[in-house]
Amino acid sequence: MNNADKTLSVRRREPLTDTQLLLTITICIFVGMYVLAMMIWGGGFKKPQMLFDMLNDNAYLIIISCGLTIVMITGSIDISVGGVTALVAMVGVMILNGNLGLFGGLQAALGLSDQWRIVFAFVMSLLIGLAFGLVQGYLIAHLEIQPFIITLAGMFFARGMITIVSVDPQKAPQSLMDILQTRIEIPWLGSPNKKGVMIPARMEIGVVIALVIVVLVFLLLRKHRLGRSFYAVGGNRQSALMLGVNVRKTRFMAHLLCGFLSGIAGFVFMMHTGAGNATNATAAEMNAIASSIIGGTLLTGGVGNVIGTFFGVLTLSTIKSIVTTSGLRDPWWQSITTGAMLCFFILLQSLVLMRRGKKKSSK
Amino acid sequence: MEEGIVLTMRGICKSFPGVKALSNVDFTLRRGEIHALMGENGAGKSTLIKVLTGVYAKDAGEIRIEGIEDAISIRSPQEAQNYGISTVYQEITLCPNLTVAENMFIGRTPGRSVDWKGMEKKAGALLDSLGIPARPKQQLGSCSLAVQQMVAIARAVDTECKVLILDEPTSSLDDKEVAMLFRLMRELKARGVGIVFVTHFLEQVYEVSDRITVLRNGELVGEYEVEKLPQVELVAKMIGKELEGLSDIKRRSAVAGGAEDVVYEAEMLSSTECRPFDFHIGKGEVNGFTGLLGSGRSESVRAIFGADPVTGGRVKVDGKSVKVQKPYDAMRQGIGYLPEDRKRDGIIADLSVRENIILAYQVMKGMGHPLSRAQAEAFADEYIQALDIKTASTDTPLGSLSGGNQQKVILARWLLTHPKYLILDEPTRGIDVGTKTEIQRLVLKLAEEGMSVTFISSEIEEMLRTCSRLIVMRDRNIVGELTGNELTQERVMHTIAGGGKEDE
Repeated sequence: MNNADKTLSVRRREPLTDTQLLLTITICIFVGMYVLAMMIWGGGFKKPQMLFDMLNDNAYLIIISCGLTIVMITGSIDISVGGVTALVAMVGVMILNGNLGLFGGLQAALGLSDQWRIVFAFVMSLLIGLAFGLVQGYLIAHLEIQPFIITLAGMFFARGMITIVSVDPQKAPQSLMDILQTRIEIPWLGSPNKKGVMIPARMEIGVVIALVIVVLVFLLLRKHRLGRSFYAVGGNRQSALMLGVNVRKTRFMAHLLCGFLSGIAGFVFMMHTGAGNATNATAAEMNAIASSIIGGTLLTGGVGNVIGTFFGVLTLSTIKSIVTTSGLRDPWWQSITTGAMLCFFILLQSLVLMRRGKKKSSK
Repeated sequence: MEEGIVLTMRGICKSFPGVKALSNVDFTLRRGEIHALMGENGAGKSTLIKVLTGVYAKDAGEIRIEGIEDAISIRSPQEAQNYGISTVYQEITLCPNLTVAENMFIGRTPGRSVDWKGMEKKAGALLDSLGIPARPKQQLGSCSLAVQQMVAIARAVDTECKVLILDEPTSSLDDKEVAMLFRLMRELKARGVGIVFVTHFLEQVYEVSDRITVLRNGELVGEYEVEKLPQVELVAKMIGKELEGLSDIKRRSAVAGGAEDVVYEAEMLSSTECRPFDFHIGKGEVNGFTGLLGSGRSESVRAIFGADPVTGGRVKVDGKSVKVQKPYDAMRQGIGYLPEDRKRDGIIADLSVRENIILAYQVMKGMGHPLSRAQAEAFADEYIQALDIKTASTDTPLGSLSGGNQQKVILARWLLTHPKYLILDEPTRGIDVGTKTEIQRLVLKLAEEGMSVTFISSEIEEMLRTCSRLIVMRDRNIVGELTGNELTQERVMHTIAGGGKEDE
């Protein structure tokens, strides 16, 4: 390499890594789609509240998807997340009502005030999530059992537990829900209603939790040794081992984190709906997988990013809004378009990655 | 420890159940030398490397390394690394989805947070100083294989390494990339790193190495300086035959193939695994591919049978142009192939002897016309008798038979299809002596009956006894063809070693 070449190569911007490339595609598509929707349907899409509503409705999904992205980056999968979320929501509502069997008695004995019930419900959420993560992570990382099977079992287990906790749908007391559903008002993003009165944009606390988690997970994946180990293990497990990465611990931690985040997601879900029901968060795991994939996470592992996942959730819910807005109100249209979009994204991703592969081999 | 020596291994022994992989092997590595470790497959090279890197525990012997008073015991690759012994394996053991810099530092940096800037700076400095054409921020998967390998070496070198083991580093590189790698090896040598270079490419050994240690059958043959060991002698030492006193073994005169009735002819045939080559075989001819293991002989016959994806060339069978892209095409042209790796490509262990025998014939007949049980039974009985296969019954699962009998079943499978041309890749490996001679005799008998046979064996005597023409390969190229009087062990070895210059 002579000198001229060298200065050139120093100045040249590095080509994007696969992760960065897929992230860029996702963001571009989301922004493009949203702008298009604003231009065609205007109305709701032009109001910032539309975006905030999407966030409010999907805060729990964003958190689940973050956990799933971590697991998928390590080349694994967790399909119990939806079940765990629903279980946590049910347990939370029961605690708020103060009638969760033994716990109810305990609460009565301690004479817990309303605020303490919320704290207790939150702690229980984390514990349930951690318990699922712990057991599944141990079985997958240390006993090397297929993650799909284990978490499938976890899903059935969690869904079954919901019915044991309560056969009937439950509703949290309104007094507590008023606290939980406190909304943060953002006046400068408000928009006038029909009478011309400015209504401020409203965001739920759950969204703040979700955004904080996205940032934390982003930092973990980017800056922390454990985060980089996730990528290494997903890229090539054998190589990671040879490079001195503790593969077992890494895989275990991924599943533990995913379970933990499902616990938080369950609490956020409860904050949003205030209802415990066996059919809560149905197919949330599938939506989370779809969001991660749209966000540029590869099922094969080693490539992915939570920022992409965040936009993946938004993209998915924008598609659903567009379908509804354009007059196709029957629920199956949402499923069909989601399916088509997922297909489109996967195709696009593999085309882009394939082109790269070709360029490399012809070099 | 003597001045200038970084590593000594003395009297290393290692046994596996039933095999003595290493017995009493010595190995000495000096500071700043490139030391080639040579031997055929199964000679014990990889076992020695694995003992040194802590993958296997040695049974006996001692290992000493510069700077440490006592003999050391290495129990894991991590420990080997702590002693300054680094290994770069044939397959890249890096993560293609991470950047070059990360691959160099992951798993060995202290602290919980990743310092990207510092890491990239250090990586850049090291890559520059070693002249490796990679950028720290580049994704590893976007580098060529050669550069990936060099990044692996850079990582190894950065860990205060005294001993660098390169296990077959050149096997997937092209000539230009090999040159690049050699430049890096010389640079490291100048820095005083002792390099153990394991390869089966003879010419590469002579290009970069200072010293050669030869192993054979798990024993030390000797340590030599490169200048004092001509290539042909190296081959003799690896194979285990002294050049002097090589008696010309009387071979049975195999039926010479008439040039007029060529059964199979290939022009510039190539596959994903082998370079283009020309080849032909006449009716009733027995010929063979010879060369060291890894010279490309198996890959060539696999291309003929279409066992690896064929990438080019013209093929004629009985003078007519035909397309042979996959094994089924070859079978329809009357070609049979007994694969080198019996366990992987040949036997179906859980099916019975009978089912294994009729397999190829059934495929030829088409799945719509199943053989009746009685027919299958008759065929199986016929070949069990003809080849003297020792099995309890035709229903016995093939996996429970001995290696020699398994091999005969595979042979029966192909004979049942009555091929015009039969390829036998290492049919005698790992089977007892009695069966070996039986198979050789059978090959000659088939040839007399008009079948063309290509025969491959690691034992040169065996080839000389059966083949009337030998195609010699070295480093994946055909380097000579020997017939008639040229068929002597000495000539074969000279050609393998590059002595048969008139053929080039």
